[in-house]
Amino acid sequence: MNAFIRGLLDIRRGPWEMVASVLIGVGVLMLMQPFWMTLYTYSFIVILVGTVMFLTVSHFPE
Amino acid sequence: MIQSQISKAAEATPEPVARRIRGLSDRSIAWIFVAPTIFLLLAVNIYPLLRTIWLSFTNYRVNRPNNDVDWVGLRNYERILSDPDIWNTMQATAHFLFWTILIQVLIGFTLAYLINKKFKGNNLWTTIIVLPMMLSPAVVGNFWTFLYQPQIGLFNYAVGFLTGTDPASFSMIGDVNLAPWAIVIADTWMWTPFVMLICLAGLRSIPESLYEAAECDRASHWRQFWTITVPMVLPFLMLAVLFRGIENFKMFDLVVQLTGGGPGSVTELTSINLKREAFEKWRTGYSSAYAVILFVTVFGLASIYVKALNKVKQR
Repeated sequence: MNAFIRGLLDIRRGPWEMVASVLIGVGVLMLMQPFWMTLYTYSFIVILVGTVMFLTVSHFPE
Repeated sequence: MIQSQISKAAEATPEPVARRIRGLSDRSIAWIFVAPTIFLLLAVNIYPLLRTIWLSFTNYRVNRPNNDVDWVGLRNYERILSDPDIWNTMQATAHFLFWTILIQVLIGFTLAYLINKKFKGNNLWTTIIVLPMMLSPAVVGNFWTFLYQPQIGLFNYAVGFLTGTDPASFSMIGDVNLAPWAIVIADTWMWTPFVMLICLAGLRSIPESLYEAAECDRASHWRQFWTITVPMVLPFLMLAVLFRGIENFKMFDLVVQLTGGGPGSVTELTSINLKREAFEKWRTGYSSAYAVILFVTVFGLASIYVKALNKVKQR
């Protein structure tokens, strides 16, 4: 956990890619879940932030 | 012979042209070769993508080209993301995606595992299993509608024969509860061989020496399966899931032929709904926003999937 937070603070690719991946995954679940309309409404912005973050952080150093 | 032809061609080249070619650097020649591809990519992929993004912020209608095009900002996105009908199509797509991929991977891997065992007629069985994949989705959709006919359909007859129910008592494509499963079954029938072929390639790439070493260590077949077969085939399986996931996310032809999105809209997948918005209701700006949402979703998923695939390959 400490290594993960240190990676985030040191701007390392691995942990930031993990954050972006989780955002995309959560966004897709929000988009396709059948329970709550509000989650569906905010799903696209979550996916978009995750995708743009993923594209950006994949240029960070290892 | 070839040398003399080259010499003849060189002599036939007009001197100014020859001088110009001789003066080109390797980098320039490389650009000359790559330029047509880049041009095509820009014209066919990049420009339409940028144009779609721009249109998604407007109220443009392609059937009214003379109307003024107004900038509506994020209104198209707001309307799509608060529309219960589109939310339903997302759920229908999720159901279709989840079950087709799960069933295709399970059956495809099992078939590949069995075909990989040496037995008589192995190649013949592989060819027979692969046949559905070679058919057109429109044809498959069409003949599955006949198979699902309550009165004369072979599928209903088989279910009736196995379960004892009356074949005419249920309609796979007319019942709101059964129709989502009807499209899952047809797609699974068509595309399981594709998953099987990819898994078979993975199974055949495992060196025999690994199993021999495991035999020497007295590892059971069950243990060999979980510690050698599954990890070695996993990258191939993930590739199959990626391909099927992207393909099924934009599934159109098979489902249109089979159910047309009905009954009601229970099998109306996002691509069918998008086509209706774009080319039946002619709401071009609105459907562009819809397409951008789907594009970003698939792109995001494909990005994390490719990353996971690379990680598995490095192991």
